[in-house]
Amino acid sequence: MENSVQFMELNGWEHFRDILEERRRSSDLSHALRSFNPQPYKGMQPRSSSALNRTVLESQYLRYVIQQMSAENGEPSEVIREEAAGILEEMSQNLQLGFIRFLGFTLSKVFKRLFRRIHVNDEGLQRLQQAIQEYPVVLMPNHRSYVDFLVLSYILFTYDISIPVIAAGIPLMGMKLVGEIFRRSGAFFIRRAIGADKLYWAVLSEYVRTIVRTGYAPIEFYVEGLRSRSLKSLTPKLGMMHMVIEPFFKGEVYDISLVPISISYDRVLEESLLAHELLGVPKPKESTMGLLKARKVLNEDYGTMHVCFGHPVSVRELAKGKIDRRQYNLVPRDLPVRPSEDCQAFVNTTAHTIVHLQEENMVLSPWSLMATILMQNLEGMDWDSLARQTQWLKELALGFGAHLDWPGHMPCSEVMSSSLSLHRSVARCEAGRVLLVEEEPQGTGSPEEGVFRKAVTVLMCASYRNQALHVFVRPAVLAVAMRTAASSRREDIFTCFRFLQEVFSNEFIFIPGRGGEDFEEACSLLKKCGAVQIMDQDITVMEGGHSTMAFLRAILEPYVEAYQVVFRYLCDESSPVFTEKEFVPAVRSHALKLMLSGALESYDVLSSDTQKNVLTALLRLDAVTKSRRAEKMEFRVNKAVINRIGDTLAGRITPPTASHSRL
Amino acid sequence: MASNGSSSERQRVAQHRLRIIAGHLQKDEDREATRIAAHACKAKATDTDEAITRRVPRKRQEVMKWNGWGYSDSRFLFNKKGEAEFTGKRYRLSGLILPSLKDWFEGTFGASLQYKTPATTNLNTSAVPPPFLNEAFVQDLKATEIPFSLEAEDRVFRSHGHCLHEIFALRDGKFGRAPDMVVWPNCHDDVVKIVELACQHDVCLIPYGGGTSVSSALECPPEETRSVISLDTSQMNRILWIDEKNLTARIEAGIIGQDLERLLNKSGYCTGHEPDSMEFSSLGGWVATRASGMKKNIYGNIEDLVVQVKMVTPRGVIEKSCLGPRTSTGPDVHHFILGSEGTLGVVTEVTMKIRPLPEYQKYGSVVFPNFEQGVACLREVAKHRCAPASIRLMDNEQFHFGHALKPQVSSIFTSFLDGLKKFYITKFKGFDPHRLCVATLLFEGDRERVLQHEKQVYDIASKFGGLAAGEDNGQRGYMLTFVIAYLRDLGMDYSVIGESFETSVPWDRVLDLCRNVKERIVRECKERGVQFSPLSTCRVTQTYDAGACVYFYFAFNYRGLGDPIHVYEQVEHAAREEILANGGSLSHHHGVGKLRKPWMRDAVSGVGMGMLRAVKEYVDPKNIFGNRNLL
Repeated sequence: MENSVQFMELNGWEHFRDILEERRRSSDLSHALRSFNPQPYKGMQPRSSSALNRTVLESQYLRYVIQQMSAENGEPSEVIREEAAGILEEMSQNLQLGFIRFLGFTLSKVFKRLFRRIHVNDEGLQRLQQAIQEYPVVLMPNHRSYVDFLVLSYILFTYDISIPVIAAGIPLMGMKLVGEIFRRSGAFFIRRAIGADKLYWAVLSEYVRTIVRTGYAPIEFYVEGLRSRSLKSLTPKLGMMHMVIEPFFKGEVYDISLVPISISYDRVLEESLLAHELLGVPKPKESTMGLLKARKVLNEDYGTMHVCFGHPVSVRELAKGKIDRRQYNLVPRDLPVRPSEDCQAFVNTTAHTIVHLQEENMVLSPWSLMATILMQNLEGMDWDSLARQTQWLKELALGFGAHLDWPGHMPCSEVMSSSLSLHRSVARCEAGRVLLVEEEPQGTGSPEEGVFRKAVTVLMCASYRNQALHVFVRPAVLAVAMRTAASSRREDIFTCFRFLQEVFSNEFIFIPGRGGEDFEEACSLLKKCGAVQIMDQDITVMEGGHSTMAFLRAILEPYVEAYQVVFRYLCDESSPVFTEKEFVPAVRSHALKLMLSGALESYDVLSSDTQKNVLTALLRLDAVTKSRRAEKMEFRVNKAVINRIGDTLAGRITPPTASHSRL
Repeated sequence: MASNGSSSERQRVAQHRLRIIAGHLQKDEDREATRIAAHACKAKATDTDEAITRRVPRKRQEVMKWNGWGYSDSRFLFNKKGEAEFTGKRYRLSGLILPSLKDWFEGTFGASLQYKTPATTNLNTSAVPPPFLNEAFVQDLKATEIPFSLEAEDRVFRSHGHCLHEIFALRDGKFGRAPDMVVWPNCHDDVVKIVELACQHDVCLIPYGGGTSVSSALECPPEETRSVISLDTSQMNRILWIDEKNLTARIEAGIIGQDLERLLNKSGYCTGHEPDSMEFSSLGGWVATRASGMKKNIYGNIEDLVVQVKMVTPRGVIEKSCLGPRTSTGPDVHHFILGSEGTLGVVTEVTMKIRPLPEYQKYGSVVFPNFEQGVACLREVAKHRCAPASIRLMDNEQFHFGHALKPQVSSIFTSFLDGLKKFYITKFKGFDPHRLCVATLLFEGDRERVLQHEKQVYDIASKFGGLAAGEDNGQRGYMLTFVIAYLRDLGMDYSVIGESFETSVPWDRVLDLCRNVKERIVRECKERGVQFSPLSTCRVTQTYDAGACVYFYFAFNYRGLGDPIHVYEQVEHAAREEILANGGSLSHHHGVGKLRKPWMRDAVSGVGMGMLRAVKEYVDPKNIFGNRNLL
């Protein structure tokens, strides 16, 4: 690439290059037909995708599983083997360079239309190129939009780096033609609800392990499991994570490099769709026709997309002193065994660590900051006041270590007004006042519909705030803890801090076992920005720190409120036993009622993600128990425990010290 | 592969051609048509006088190096022209120029002939601390007329084995705790007397056989406050009888491997026990460390060869009362002796199996496109239980190492053929010279059987893409193991230090263990500031039904390091951790000594340790055999 390409440097951090710039200057066709000779993994045993499938099917592991199943249910093993072959056929990828080229050509066209820029950090790719040659590599991007899906392959193709195979959801496969294109671009397909399907698990895990073990290709998967509809990081899923790491546990590879990749958008294509989904309007089924219909989204401007390739994380380094690999010495390594507790804990911590690293490397747009301010002023605010507060927040965010894509050469007001205009679907400035946009009323115009219409915009706006949440969450938890703690003594505050982390650990990413470090980090950040002082064993708010503290508390407030609403609902209104299907709409209509009566202001409780997070948290805290009855999962409420959690959250009682030591 | 008829046909023809080429090579003029070709690798016996059986004099330093490996007259050096040569007359390589060694050496280690790190030449006896004597013991010993010595040179010689740190210190002229005296019993009864006196006067006894230990087993524990006596068994070196009806022989335990074979050969027999150290290591040492021989596939390891053992302990003499080939009399007490590493007593006499000398011996080699294929082939051979006397698989680095020892070729024709072979394998067969690896083979038995056996093994090899690559490559592979210790001394002259270590591991983990351990070594070196990439290479050196023995060479150029030995030890420690994490054993045949003691409890469990301790406590409550190995 020529020297004329400009780099963007984020406050002395990574250098970013706009890969679309060259695409605008030279032929897409010759880009698609460029010579492609990536340096593969040094230990790779080259094989075709059909040979890969054969290896999987003939593996000792699958033979064990098939024998076991055959012995259990009396089915002949040939039949089960056939079934396994069928699963594998449905699942497997068929990566072909020709399709990558075809895709490269198409995506060049599409991306140029959608985005002004695609910023990619050069050093990250150089590091990746190195890493790929050394050890099997796992690419671990976050998932915020369907656009994510092939963008990494596109970038790696551009940089002459091995194309990954990608774990994708089965629905993608269902799309005519497109499914096949994806398959040939390296996608392999995983069913959504695998549940207790032993054979499916076995085939999938052996497939994934074989790819890692043989260094077939870098493997890419979303550790969050699915696309985050709230743009907030999701609690990582562990199944796939365990599969990719297991070859290290068993010594089948020397090391594995996990590469966290942070993708962030100025504006997300599906913003309104996602908000609707959160409010319970079902997601349209993925179909080729749907994709074609979606063409109108191609006519809009989505600003810049940032793709930041993080430092490769060595699994071996992470596992040092945590995993004793000798535990695998005494049984055949191919024998299916339940992973030990230390392995499970390690996989969980690793997955959280990766999501945390994804968050740390996110590039935030000015709009994220503006949305954060707007979310605390839902009734609208003066442009000047928004501008002033955003600038204040900018300094705070930078102080907390955020990476901001804030053009330095433009006056701040211009940066903000151009951000606002990019997001005119969410907010507009009228007569010096910034207001959230509301959808045109359709149908009856009932009060419920009014709330609902407002909620769509609020949740859209919230999603942009959510992109920045990780920057503030630890200090925010500390700010709330200081308010609820019985005294200003450090240990009291720490107890509250840990309690809050435990309650909200499905809402925000906290690495298990690092509560102490998180607390220290929050303290030092707040001290650094002059909000608190730490004297001896006391943490107190500084004179000039009250506004910062109020702002930080307001970050967490909507979640506290939402959780309390659900708690109250479960204790006062709900039947003591319910299913998940019943739970979400019931909470939603209950919240809607509260909002209409003016008793509730937070819209976050309307989000189905939040509602489900509350339920998961309560399960984890043993306040709700789950049992299977007649093919359905039933939840049973323990009101006393919920009440206690609610009271503690409100600061009415102090949390117990010992029980939260897990964090 | 088998499905493709034409390609296997092509392969067959190719193999045939290669065998013809190899046949030509054999007619190389200076090749001796020896019946026992293995001996061509080892030092030749210089005397033929039957009366002289004592190859090892009391004053070992008169024929052997005091600060390096082997005979004083045999060493590698770079001559004035910068070519490597091997001095002396004992070995097949002796007096030959090795033209490619220098390039390999400099290329592999980044070493330079300009940067010399020579050893101290003379032993400075005044630097050796004076002996601490138990006068009463000395007086009583004198009365027995068993010879002993208090001389510094004798004591220093027996103060060490051949671990890197031991030799490195000697080259530096540094001496640790040495035994306070050396005593040379001449027979079993002498040993009984010595042990009785030691118990009576409470002195510490350390049995000393060939001195080839690589586990710090011979180091005197620095915390030992009693007088330390080195009990040198070298003068107990007679074959007491040969029983031709039962094919056994009664042998004194101090005999060294080469003498034992030579003497038995004269009667038409052999033991077939050939550890790589057999030039110097002793029968008693083999028993005490559970040694393993190169040809164990035919003859068995030491535990398979031993029929009856006599050991002198502080409690008295232990031995079985019959020569029955197998007994069911509770746990086999021999297994308290085998691997006891000198902690329980001194092995004095052994009855062991002997075999008639084989009629025919033949080397061979197979080139594989990569190590994975090679291991798969060895596994298949083991599965069919058709392993030749020896089968070893060298990885790519070791293959190149072996090649660097190729002597100067004498004719243009040979070098032309060498080129042709290389061309055939790399260009015609498409083997990548940086991936291919070589299996070396040694067949033994009657001629017809050997040829039949050979065919069987080559047929299996071809299924894994293996190509027969001639006897020459095979023989050179075995030569490497006999001269490796001499080569280490050469390396140390030019700031390269190294060592070998071994393990045994189930078949399914062989590849993973080899890869991970080699990689660990490279990584650890880098992390510890080693400026040049190390040599990290392995071979699968023995096959068993359920697994294999893997042998590693590890060496690096220590230029620029403050404390190279410390770095070396850290890396070796890490490598052992990696071995254990990958399902490998603590040791296959080197033993535990003091070097690997920290892992012993993990290796045998706490209860296991307790059992061993209980035996030690009963047999030697005063810790007379106080070398502190193993436990």
